[in-house]
Amino acid sequence: MSLDQIFFYFFGGIAILGAVLTVTRRNPVHSAVFLITALLATAGIFLLQRAEFLFAAQIILYVGGIMVLFIFVIMLVDIDVALRRVQFTRQRWVALLLALVLGAQVALALWMGRAGFRLPPARPASTEGNTELIGRVLFQSYMLPFEIASILLLVALVGAVMMAKRKT
Amino acid sequence: MIQDLIQFMLRHLWPLVFGVVIVAVLPLLAGYVVLMERKVMADMQARLGPMRVGPHGLLQPIADAVKLLMKEDITPDKADRWIFWLAPLISVTAAMAAYAAVPFGPVFQVADLNVGLLFITAVMSMGIFGIILGGWSSNSHYSLLGALRSSAQVISYETAVGFAIVSGLLLAGTLSMQKIVQAQAEQQVWFIFLAPVGFFLYLVGSIAETNRAPFDLPEAESELVAGYMTEYSGFRWAIYFLGEYAAMIMVSSIAVTLFLGGWMRPFPNVSWLGFLDFLPAVVTLGVAGYCFWRAPRQPVQIQKVVMALFGAGVLLVAGVLGWAASLPETMTERGGILGAFWFLLKVFSYIYGFMWVRFTFPRFRFDQLMRLGWHILIPLSIVNVVGIGTALVLAKQMHWPRWSAISLTTAVTLLIAAWLVHLELERTSPASGGAEA
Repeated sequence: MSLDQIFFYFFGGIAILGAVLTVTRRNPVHSAVFLITALLATAGIFLLQRAEFLFAAQIILYVGGIMVLFIFVIMLVDIDVALRRVQFTRQRWVALLLALVLGAQVALALWMGRAGFRLPPARPASTEGNTELIGRVLFQSYMLPFEIASILLLVALVGAVMMAKRKT
Repeated sequence: MIQDLIQFMLRHLWPLVFGVVIVAVLPLLAGYVVLMERKVMADMQARLGPMRVGPHGLLQPIADAVKLLMKEDITPDKADRWIFWLAPLISVTAAMAAYAAVPFGPVFQVADLNVGLLFITAVMSMGIFGIILGGWSSNSHYSLLGALRSSAQVISYETAVGFAIVSGLLLAGTLSMQKIVQAQAEQQVWFIFLAPVGFFLYLVGSIAETNRAPFDLPEAESELVAGYMTEYSGFRWAIYFLGEYAAMIMVSSIAVTLFLGGWMRPFPNVSWLGFLDFLPAVVTLGVAGYCFWRAPRQPVQIQKVVMALFGAGVLLVAGVLGWAASLPETMTERGGILGAFWFLLKVFSYIYGFMWVRFTFPRFRFDQLMRLGWHILIPLSIVNVVGIGTALVLAKQMHWPRWSAISLTTAVTLLIAAWLVHLELERTSPASGGAEA
């Protein structure tokens, strides 16, 4: 096993473990901490793929930005301990059935696409910085879709501010 | 697999050594920054500061560390133990991991990442979790309020700091920390002169981001005891403190690399100023001489010995610096050793500025802090980025002389800044009815 593989399984294992613990912990703050762990491990996998820009963007946006807001909100909402104990998942059998069907589908898809697991040897990473490449793709090849997406986000932002203002 | 690992370690021997050196030296450095802060504070308040432990209190940081290590470690009864344990670790790990990309010299750097600055910003932005989680897990009102204030403050000022960094990046045209320094050598100017507004925004924003006075609302002792670390004691508290000072040295390192020429000596391209390379040796020699001169004047025998030992240590450093300066230009050791001296000198000057500000300005009120951030600094930082971008376009596409382009856009930015301040004053002055309620 090469060092790259060891790191891949290390990060992959942490990501899966973090994701599982995120949905099974009862305390929402603990869940958030495990979600952060999973996101960081994903960032590590990006780094293994020599995608430094994505690695940094993943940490800045998801961990440093979104998760801070998550925890901020969770902290302010004082969840009653008793309420946490209440089971709100009553449809256990339906859920189990659906999960089995979904699992079968995923397994079938994997089985049918198994030829794709044998990857061709990787091309040597480009010597040009990742940041420059992404910048060129975003601002030259896909300029219009990028601008449309940013206008959409801007509209959402202004809408959120307006809705927050109306209440007070 | 083991062979792989050994090969890997041999191939990356120097980065590993640098990493170990940084992790080992940083706590000591942080301790001495604390001592420096106490001494500067004492000087500004016409006192002596710590004088008892070691000559002139020089061993105070070590005594403090030992004391904190031996103090009782208290966990509040209703605290969330697991997160209470985790929070200080996040704080200090985030601050320390960022040092991987800091160029202390042309060779003394763990890794010259091609997204170096982005990496540092990313890792530093995780430090806020240590504060939020620590405040929440303590299960105390003071801690929670401190954590809320801190996260609101850091989120608000991160935007301004980010745009201030972008204004420097536009000039450098790269994210790699080494290449940012090289860009300043090639353009023959520190970026502080090309982007003075950006530097100012970064200075204010970095004080707020490290939660220092006058923006130290999260730990305002008159209101919140000690903010998010109220419930921490002993070594965990020390770890928080270490994280805070490591973050402070870190933001100074970014400022030095991006705006103040990094590890280069002043005027690196002017050959008749080459004697400046011997300045580090001369300065440290002077310090050593002062130590030896003061040694016999210490009150106690042990302090005389310690002072002489200090002098000997500084003399050793002076010898190394002199030896480095006498090496031929092409040797990497020369640039590495002298670069480290200039880098640390600049970092400590920046930190001195932090302290000066701390002991000069009174603490802001929280609404004032937020208003300064959202109404003045963030709009100004965006205008500044647009201004620098315009200047670069004017210089590159329209072939204007660079200095006139830069001064024009800086003047416009300053005018807009004055207008923003004017608007803000009008909005808050009681005469106009004010928005204050």
